[in-house]
Amino acid sequence: MAEHKSLTTPPANSDVKVVPSQGGHDAGHGTAHTGQPAHGAAFPPFETHTFLAQLIWLAISFGLLYYLMAKIALPRIEAILHARSSRLATDLDEAQRMKSEADAAGVAYETSLRDAQGKAQGIAQEARAKLAAESDKRRKDKEAELNAKIAASETTIRESTARAMGNVREIAGETAASIVERLTGHAPDRDSLDRALGAVH
Amino acid sequence: MAGSIDPAHQVALRPDPIHQFELHSLVPFGHIGNQQIAFTQSALYMFAAVAVITLITIVATSSRSVVPGRMQSLAEIFYEFIADTVHQATGDEGKRFMPLVFSLFMFVLVLNLFGMIPYAFAVTSHLVVTFGLAALVIGVVVVFGVMKHGTHFFGLFVPSGVPKPLLALLVPIEIISFISRPISLSVRLFANVLAGHIAMKIFAFFVVGLFSAGAWGLLFPLPLFLTIALTALEFLVAALQAYVFATLTAIYLNDALHPGH
Repeated sequence: MAEHKSLTTPPANSDVKVVPSQGGHDAGHGTAHTGQPAHGAAFPPFETHTFLAQLIWLAISFGLLYYLMAKIALPRIEAILHARSSRLATDLDEAQRMKSEADAAGVAYETSLRDAQGKAQGIAQEARAKLAAESDKRRKDKEAELNAKIAASETTIRESTARAMGNVREIAGETAASIVERLTGHAPDRDSLDRALGAVH
Repeated sequence: MAGSIDPAHQVALRPDPIHQFELHSLVPFGHIGNQQIAFTQSALYMFAAVAVITLITIVATSSRSVVPGRMQSLAEIFYEFIADTVHQATGDEGKRFMPLVFSLFMFVLVLNLFGMIPYAFAVTSHLVVTFGLAALVIGVVVVFGVMKHGTHFFGLFVPSGVPKPLLALLVPIEIISFISRPISLSVRLFANVLAGHIAMKIFAFFVVGLFSAGAWGLLFPLPLFLTIALTALEFLVAALQAYVFATLTAIYLNDALHPGH
């Protein structure tokens, strides 16, 4: 069997090789040929005597690969992807929660600001009203005082005037009596003097 | 058979677009029957993919930060992307298949992208690897479907509301379409990666070939730009095929969860 004495040392000329017979014929005529693809040359993918070895190595290497993928690689990658997506989900939740918290705080701030503004306005209003009332009262007091003073002054003036007018009449009477005495030589009686002064007036 | 699993590394440039798919034995183990058992560069790339995925999804997430770093973001983006895909296809019950779909997506994606590194090996360019993954998917669909729904699971093959005579025609079609699922699932990925890498290599070697063709060498920018465009396309294909594989897996798993038509 030609198949059984394979792996013979290659011929000295490395281009020359023994062409295996096709179809499992044991008559392996050692047809030497130079590198050209001569007719009947072995086509490596169809050399059946290499199949078993290739299948064995394929089974071992692919089995090893399958084992590594199924037991280590894929569970690990799946865990990584799962961890990432859950991490993202919790982060998003957290962000959502924080955002709603911030919104609530904003709303609370707005409310308290409005309250404070309202209160401040109330206080201002009150203060303004109080001040206005106070100043009003003071003004009224002052006015009343002033009015009283005016009234007192007016009374004084009227009294002084009256007194002055009285004095004027007396002086006028005396003056008229003395004028009449000088002119007529005798003092006029009080009645006619009063009548005359009344007529002038 | 000496040819396919070369003990020696031959990274020498060879215009042969198939050469890049050869398996190289790093640690030979011997034989089982006619099967050659060896630790090849393909197996090394598989374990490197496991290491890279572990780096992104386990090492980078070990700090479990709420604010992720770049690598942890990457792991989370992949997780959410696949979780969405699974949820859309299967609803809430599909969550138990999340490790399977996620592992398949990451494994295929990283292996496809490894294949885009210059001189690197595209593990998914080997049909037996993609078929192994597709068979795993269909196996899970069948085993889980039968465990959960018993014989009711086979109602998957009987469209409801169809007249009896038509069933004789439709049931075989449904069965064939179910059986072709692992084939289409695996061949789609395998063929995309294989064809893309062959096309890139062929166009890249056109550039080299034109230089050794005298005046034709002036045409070298054409295949060069094509190679650049193809490389970009292959990056798209690498990611897209991983997505397609994961989406179809989720859709097939939905049949195990909800076998009714």
